[in-house]
Amino acid sequence: MNDWMMTYWWLMPLLSGVLLACVTGPLGSFVVWRRMAFFGDTLAHGALLGITLGVISDIQPTLALLLSSIVLALVLFPLQRIETLSSDTLLSIISHSMLAIGLVVLSLAQGVRVDLMGYLFGDLLAVTGQDALLIGIAAAVCIGLIRWQWRGLLSTTISQELASIDGFPVARLNLMLVLMLAIIVALSMKIVGILLVSALLIIPAATARSLSRTPAQMVLLASLAGIIAVLAGISASFFWDTPAGPSIVVAATLMFVASMAVKRS
Amino acid sequence: MAEALIRAENVNLQRRHKQVLQNISLSLQAGQIVTLIGPNGCGKSTLIRVLLGLEKPDTGAIIRRKGLKIGYMPQQLRLEPRLPITVTGFLSLARGGSRRHIDSWLERLGISALRNQDIQDLSGGEWQRVLLARALLQEPDLLVLDEPVQGVDVQGQSELYQLIPQLRNELGCGVLMVSHDLHLVMAATDEVICMNGHICCSGHPDHVSGSEAYLELFGQRPVPIAPYTHHHDHHHGIDGHIEAGAECQCDGHDHAAPSTHQSHS
Repeated sequence: MNDWMMTYWWLMPLLSGVLLACVTGPLGSFVVWRRMAFFGDTLAHGALLGITLGVISDIQPTLALLLSSIVLALVLFPLQRIETLSSDTLLSIISHSMLAIGLVVLSLAQGVRVDLMGYLFGDLLAVTGQDALLIGIAAAVCIGLIRWQWRGLLSTTISQELASIDGFPVARLNLMLVLMLAIIVALSMKIVGILLVSALLIIPAATARSLSRTPAQMVLLASLAGIIAVLAGISASFFWDTPAGPSIVVAATLMFVASMAVKRS
Repeated sequence: MAEALIRAENVNLQRRHKQVLQNISLSLQAGQIVTLIGPNGCGKSTLIRVLLGLEKPDTGAIIRRKGLKIGYMPQQLRLEPRLPITVTGFLSLARGGSRRHIDSWLERLGISALRNQDIQDLSGGEWQRVLLARALLQEPDLLVLDEPVQGVDVQGQSELYQLIPQLRNELGCGVLMVSHDLHLVMAATDEVICMNGHICCSGHPDHVSGSEAYLELFGQRPVPIAPYTHHHDHHHGIDGHIEAGAECQCDGHDHAAPSTHQSHS
């Protein structure tokens, strides 16, 4: 590591966090509108199993994480459409059993020492320039796709029936959203950790809800709230030595509470 | 006769071992108003879904006139309260949702004042009108209305039943309307189709607006509804199976032999 990186080691984590917040704004808004919070949680919990398998089979960890997250999203995708069978019970079973299996297998893996706390709550210091680049590319692609298909995504969110009569490719749009969610959940693991990933999606969007009148406003405000939370959380971590992931979520929650107060007055 | 806007030919559909649609054939001409009635769970909504192309029948065919534009007003669309959207924003997502069209249809339906309201703040009747405006945006050849008066007060129902034939005249479109009321239908209806899995009977609503009993019931002002007298040659058991006989007022209503009906009990 050169001198420059020694002095500015916090730059990459900060940049990654801000880039991530840019995309969790729009994505999180869709998660809130479509009541997919639990789906995001399940993806995140399942990711631990992915990490474990990656460690055992010696694949590059980020790649293992991305692959497992995408596979899981594809497996879970049809569940969204099942309305009669209570899919939240099923998701809950899958979600927690995957987390548990991941933890058990990880402990059994011989000679492997991994930083479990880092995965569960995020390890900002481990974020490298390569991670920042990857997050930047993913964020740009996702934001581009959402902008491009904005009308279709929004119509499908309001009513799949009406959207499909209007000729929007409903199934493909749903799949696109789920895949974007899988990728962003996987990439945000290092920043906020498995247990807090969905908080980064949902809390800024919920904060933006009470302050906006149009979907576009809500998406932009959610990104803004996310960026402020990341900056505040990482600053808190820097000055008071608190864990970064949880600090980001605490900052986001404080903003949410403040937004409720603003709405009331 | 001119080419039908839409035709169903011997449509059959089975869901979870229940014959939901049995040998349904119907056709709808431009300028014609057809009201579909039947008890709850009789397959009305499923038939609509099949006609709209949202579900495929097991056997039989749906034939649409080439380039047919369908305007669909769904039954009780509930909007996610966390999605902030104004009336104009909502309408602009639909096909034909240009500013000019939106303004002129809101004007025509007498709800221009709602233009910039949040969807969440609308009353049931106002929301129905907005959904009707949405169905009209692309000036459809066929207007499909699924229980348009549900949750609307008597005054509103009366207004809507006067409005629908006017719209039919202005657009020259066909209208297919679903109603849960088995005995009173919109007076402007050209044909009533009563169904319960299969088509039980069909005919014109009665012309009785001059009769004394009718005036006593509804007052002196003309009311845009008319009674419909059923002509059945069979009963339905509590589970929907068909019992031949008793209440036969049937004139030339052709039906398969009772023995074949027993099959779906």
